[in-house]
Amino acid sequence: MNTIGTQDVGNGVNVQALLDARQALTAAPEAARFQWRAQCQWVNGTHSRTTVHGFAGLGEEHTHRAPFVFDGDHPEVFASQDNGATPVEILLVALAGCLTAGVATVAARRGVRLHSVKASVSGDMDLQGILGIDADVRNGFTGIHVAYEIDADAPPSDIEAIVAQSQKRSAVFDIVTNPTAVTVEVA
Amino acid sequence: MEIPVVIIGAGQAGLAMSRCLTDRSVEHVVLERGTVAHAWRTERWDSLRLLTPNWMSRLPGHRYDGDDPDGYMSAAETAGFLESYGRSFAAPVRAHTTVTAVLPTPDGSLVETDQGPWRCRSVVLATGAAGAPHVPAVSAALPAAIRQITTLEYRNPDQLGAGGVLVVGASASGVQIADELRRAGRAVTIAAGEHIRLPRTYRGRDIHWWMDAIGQLDERYDQVDDLSRARRLPSLQLVGTIERRTLDLNALAAAGVQVTGRLVGVSRGRAQFSGSLANLVASADLKLHRLLDRIDEHVAAYGFKEEVGAPDRPEPTRIAPAPTEIELSRFSTVVWATGYRPRYPRLDASVFDRRGRIRHDGGVVEAPGMYVLGLPFLRRRKSSFIDGVGPDAHDLCAHLVRRLSRRQAA
Repeated sequence: MNTIGTQDVGNGVNVQALLDARQALTAAPEAARFQWRAQCQWVNGTHSRTTVHGFAGLGEEHTHRAPFVFDGDHPEVFASQDNGATPVEILLVALAGCLTAGVATVAARRGVRLHSVKASVSGDMDLQGILGIDADVRNGFTGIHVAYEIDADAPPSDIEAIVAQSQKRSAVFDIVTNPTAVTVEVA
Repeated sequence: MEIPVVIIGAGQAGLAMSRCLTDRSVEHVVLERGTVAHAWRTERWDSLRLLTPNWMSRLPGHRYDGDDPDGYMSAAETAGFLESYGRSFAAPVRAHTTVTAVLPTPDGSLVETDQGPWRCRSVVLATGAAGAPHVPAVSAALPAAIRQITTLEYRNPDQLGAGGVLVVGASASGVQIADELRRAGRAVTIAAGEHIRLPRTYRGRDIHWWMDAIGQLDERYDQVDDLSRARRLPSLQLVGTIERRTLDLNALAAAGVQVTGRLVGVSRGRAQFSGSLANLVASADLKLHRLLDRIDEHVAAYGFKEEVGAPDRPEPTRIAPAPTEIELSRFSTVVWATGYRPRYPRLDASVFDRRGRIRHDGGVVEAPGMYVLGLPFLRRRKSSFIDGVGPDAHDLCAHLVRRLSRRQAA
């Protein structure tokens, strides 16, 4: 059994704040409803620029410390300018970032000090889907693989359990493994 | 009619409480919609056996005394066991009495039934954890051509028409029904969400023997780190058979059952399954080995040697890459093995939380004099087992009697 502690193990995660938030949001479920937003502007060709700044939660509006800007484009082999990562790569960024934040948080909650965490993420895709060549091939990834290399003060089985729990609590992992209703409209 | 205590339900929980009250000479009545052990007789599939070995059927003042302590009782045998329990102390059961509502009164409750009302100071809800099957919302999206059946209605493979079967849920009921349908020659897919994998035996003894021995089943509700999660855990992936075989996803896959992730949607004529199966399987294996580690530590600490076998750890769960979509035309039947929710008579709304679950502290409901018994992890990890409801009944009976005597003194 893991000893659940709130002592600071130096992962830079404020465990007590998370535990307090969990308790507060259990008592006030409406404050737990958040909305995340992004504003996208087409630039040219396949290049677009998306800005993330405001979001809503805890019953009010918030902004990030500064606007964060993401350029999306296609690579030169697609006859594009390659001004940024492809949107599907940005999805891999999101998955890796979410799972790794989870690893740090769960480790801190379990009193496990992390020395280094590296993840290699790959998504396989058959372009016959998006090019409309074969109707039986889906547009999206046929599979995603994440490989973690973790150096921490814990036996391998505890590290595996931390990675497993991180997947269980990950928003992006849920979004990519389970269907989400999406509505797109033209104003 | 007036009586100090009304118990609703004459299953193991209601009878255990009745026995505790009888031992303390507290006048009470047990109201039962059918007859003793009604659900065990009418709401279980034909092949079902208890997940716990016979020797673990212990109730206050009663225990299994047959010649097969390591066997597993059938549902009918369990009903017989409970009937003889009720007879053993002449439990005051009113059969064929359906409680419709429990209303608060200034000094207790008014229990309304189809056979007239009872006024009481204390009421014990002992209708059990498996009152109504829980069917996820995705069921509404299935086409009418697919027959849907819950574990409460399922009896045997012959009951289902020809064609493939999708069993949703991989806890005890789901794996048992999937296995039985596959053995009957059916094409079976099982959709597995979070599950608890266990070997039937470890080091030569039943896994429940070990869980009892290491004290895991006695872990108390006020000692676990996350009680609401502990109360939501799915049932153990086990089956009670003569050969004491292990029934996990490996066994099902070897038998030719297709294993997929959790059923999460229906779209364009296809069932959609979660892509998170690999993680759930890895988590289940990790938790399994954590439990077996505790058992090995127990063996070492107590210096067991010849008494126990070698540490025969189960193989890792290996399942083929699972599809995330399957054409619904492959299924003629969907079996919902997705758990149960308790079912209560009409109660004052204040006793429920916003999710509709009854609020209680170890079985003590906030309404004065009201108790609930037989729910998962009510007071102990084993609370919903036949072997676990006795200690809970004992604790709550003490609380109930203290309260009654305090009121009398006042």
